[in-house]
Amino acid sequence: MSKFRKNGKKSQPAVNTAALPDIVFMLLFFFMVTTVMRETSLKVINVTPKATEVDKLEKKSLVSYIYIGKPIKALQGAFGTAPRIQLNDAFKEKEDIFQFVEMEKSERNEVERNMITWSLKVDKDTKMGIVTDVKQELRKADALKINYSTKKTDNISN
Amino acid sequence: MAKREISEINAGSMADIAFLLLIFFLVTTTMDTDTGLIRRLPPILDVQEPPPPIKQRNIFEVLVNANDQLLVEGEYIQVSELRKKAKEFIKSNPSFPSVISPGNENYPDMPEFKLEEVAGLGKMYVSKQIISLQNDNGTSYEMYIKVQNELVAAYNELRNEFALQKFGKSYTELSQQAGSSDAIKEKADAVKDVYPQRISEAEPKKVGGAE
Repeated sequence: MSKFRKNGKKSQPAVNTAALPDIVFMLLFFFMVTTVMRETSLKVINVTPKATEVDKLEKKSLVSYIYIGKPIKALQGAFGTAPRIQLNDAFKEKEDIFQFVEMEKSERNEVERNMITWSLKVDKDTKMGIVTDVKQELRKADALKINYSTKKTDNISN
Repeated sequence: MAKREISEINAGSMADIAFLLLIFFLVTTTMDTDTGLIRRLPPILDVQEPPPPIKQRNIFEVLVNANDQLLVEGEYIQVSELRKKAKEFIKSNPSFPSVISPGNENYPDMPEFKLEEVAGLGKMYVSKQIISLQNDNGTSYEMYIKVQNELVAAYNELRNEFALQKFGKSYTELSQQAGSSDAIKEKADAVKDVYPQRISEAEPKKVGGAE
């Protein structure tokens, strides 16, 4: 009998799962860190149109959003169905945009102030009148880099 | 008294709890990247000086009315035809870049050319084209984006064709790789200089009535 053989029966050891929680925690932390919770709750109906020639917005911290559209169903009783501008969490008038721009600028450090992209999230059923008003206000506030938020698609039906 | 043995806390369910949290964050994470058409608005000028005169032949006029109808160079067309028309205009000459003269006499309705020094390509004839876009306050935003998209697409297609012919690579590829090397960036910029994107937006009219 060889001296290496210890027991007569050779049993397969169970796979060690002690490291499993570690791996799961690693994934957990990754998702916790990358998750961005939606900061604003939408008060307007917002279905952006589709386009083929879109660019990606690179730095999320340098993007400020302006929402335009009809108020959502629950708020239509109080606010009607005319398109409204939403800044942060509230309905605003176009005169408030100047102040909004200044606020957003003051939140960033000085170097980045002129690099802010103003993303216009406009509902596709909106008329251009209100969009033009907003654009004029942005020009007055020296917020010139804008982005018409659109979804990417491969071909546009007419 | 006998020492009571403290039993170890069972950590077997820790993984389950971690999994639970993991799945929660997995579900709530939105990895949506914001995409869109990037534009620069013109700054407001303090002094009301008259704009520099531009010859009519250099302007490609696009009008959209309150009923979302399109009038291009005085002609009523569909959005699907806009790209082709815009491309023809931006090129100013079907055989571009072999331009005969800056005046472009063979095509009196197409824009003139200017001899410009383009980095990496030398002297090039660059069209003096400008696209003027005017919409009504009653135009729908969807239509507006469609028109904008077609115009940008016209520029991009021309740039792609030109870059493919000159450098053997499309402009899209060049601009994607521009970050990796200066030589590629120079090529991409050269293509951009030959076909500069000039879309001018006029103040909208209020014929159709807003809202």
